[in-house]
Amino acid sequence: MGKWLRDAMLMYDRNITLSLRSPIWVLVALFQPICWLTLFAPLLSKLSDVPGFPPGGGLTVFTPGMLMMLGIYSSAFVGFGLIPEIRAGIIERFQVTPVSRSALLLGRSLRDLTVLLVQGALLIGAAALLGLKADVRGVAIALVLVMLLGLLMSSLSYRLAIAIPREDALAQVVQFLTLPLVLLSGVTLPLTLAPEWLQRAAIFNPFAHAVSAARALFLGDLGNREIGIAFALFSLLAPLAAWRAVAAFKKSAA
Amino acid sequence: MLRAMLAIETRGLCRRFVSRKGTVEAVKGVDLQVADGQVYGFLGPNGAGKTTTLRMLSTLLPPSEGTAVICGHDLRTAPERVRESIGYVSQGGGVDVRATGRENLVLQARLFGVSKTDAFTRAAEMSRRFQLEDFVDRMASTYSGGQKRRLDLALGLIHRPRLLFLDEPTLGLDPQSRANLWEEVRQLRAQGTTVFVTTHYLDEADALCDRLAIIDDGRIVAEGTPDELKQQIGGDLVTVGIAGPAEHAERARTLLAALPGVDAVETADGDRLRLRTKRGELLLPEVVRALEGDGLALQTLMLGRPTLNDVFLRQTGRSLRED
Repeated sequence: MGKWLRDAMLMYDRNITLSLRSPIWVLVALFQPICWLTLFAPLLSKLSDVPGFPPGGGLTVFTPGMLMMLGIYSSAFVGFGLIPEIRAGIIERFQVTPVSRSALLLGRSLRDLTVLLVQGALLIGAAALLGLKADVRGVAIALVLVMLLGLLMSSLSYRLAIAIPREDALAQVVQFLTLPLVLLSGVTLPLTLAPEWLQRAAIFNPFAHAVSAARALFLGDLGNREIGIAFALFSLLAPLAAWRAVAAFKKSAA
Repeated sequence: MLRAMLAIETRGLCRRFVSRKGTVEAVKGVDLQVADGQVYGFLGPNGAGKTTTLRMLSTLLPPSEGTAVICGHDLRTAPERVRESIGYVSQGGGVDVRATGRENLVLQARLFGVSKTDAFTRAAEMSRRFQLEDFVDRMASTYSGGQKRRLDLALGLIHRPRLLFLDEPTLGLDPQSRANLWEEVRQLRAQGTTVFVTTHYLDEADALCDRLAIIDDGRIVAEGTPDELKQQIGGDLVTVGIAGPAEHAERARTLLAALPGVDAVETADGDRLRLRTKRGELLLPEVVRALEGDGLALQTLMLGRPTLNDVFLRQTGRSLRED
């Protein structure tokens, strides 16, 4: 365990150093959600009177959705960072050392989660500047939730990158998989506005529960049922996906 | 006891790749014995199974069948112990170009469990030894091919392995860098490090290796010291060109085959005759006398030693130089 932690921290340090060397990418990933916040969220101000619109006003409804969208998109593409390193033989060079295989991959995931946490905090800061009012404890818990979601997405992304080590093909697959999940989770407009069939379909989408849970958390409704459902789902799915990614990584060059 | 002195011992090592088009057997039962402290060459054309074998020996690829003991550790049951004992420099290297040379070196040492302070000391040692000092703190993306190759080698050696695997180490290097690398390999041997090197340059194998194995189509077809392999060809080669019609060549063939010390006569390069002998220098005057005595006109006469290319040609039916 001591060796594992040491290995994981070595990989974490290395990857954080590389991220800090080009911090611009941390901000680029933030650009989309901030665009949504500034250019789209104002459209909601008149919608809050429409029947079915959740309580709390435009930004309080909208920011949690953007936080979860950030979690999905920021993490879904981390696999792209692995491909050039596989191609350059860096991963292979690491694999011929006694370093733990799982630490090699999870050290990277840990970096991805750190980046996500910074991005999430910046996003909420930006929303606060725009006038967001939210429950502080709830926001903190929502950040934990988005980290679990990020671990799930980054693990899936690494799993895919190992199976499809080509950027162009991987981009298609990731887009193909994420778009329906995002649309069917109500990140932009709440699913409470949706027709019944769409609401039913969303029940099977874990991200829909994450978004509902985050909205409840921002409102300070900490006893909301959706929070329990979301945490149960993601505490199960995220480690499972991480475990599958590590297994694939080990098998890729046993 | 003998076992302890072997850096590599494999038995029946096989690797199959299963794809949609069927099963490809890349390595078909390789038996190798590499003694400690040797420079061992692994020779073969592209696609012969060199890199696949190397990837198996370095724990990157599990064998489909067979066993291998590397530095006393079983490849299947103790791959971590194997990794601790070996260094591996792949064909393309594995330098992280977004980091400096020193960062690459320090991380590599630390992955082997070396403490932070010691890792910096070793990185400094390595940059001295491989003349990286002038640029070791620059981003590796600015390095030339030769500089990058030296860093590759330093990365493969920073944990002081007993056994170093080099996959086509001089591919794409300029002659100067190539000579430097040869020198480095010789120094490693002098220090007692075993080096297992794949190559398809025959001069490299000849100049550098204590022993070598030739692999073709997934099988070892010859093994021994470069001299042993060349002697298997049957000593020297005397090539004789006869002027005049083809029947003259036929007469010469019968005549020369009867000379004492001629092991075989073959036709080479169209109308020339090639004699295999163990006493080339002594045979030359006898060839001249015999042909003159029979009134045959000698056009050319050449004495040659077999090269590894002749060995390769004989074992595989192909010339390695054609690749």
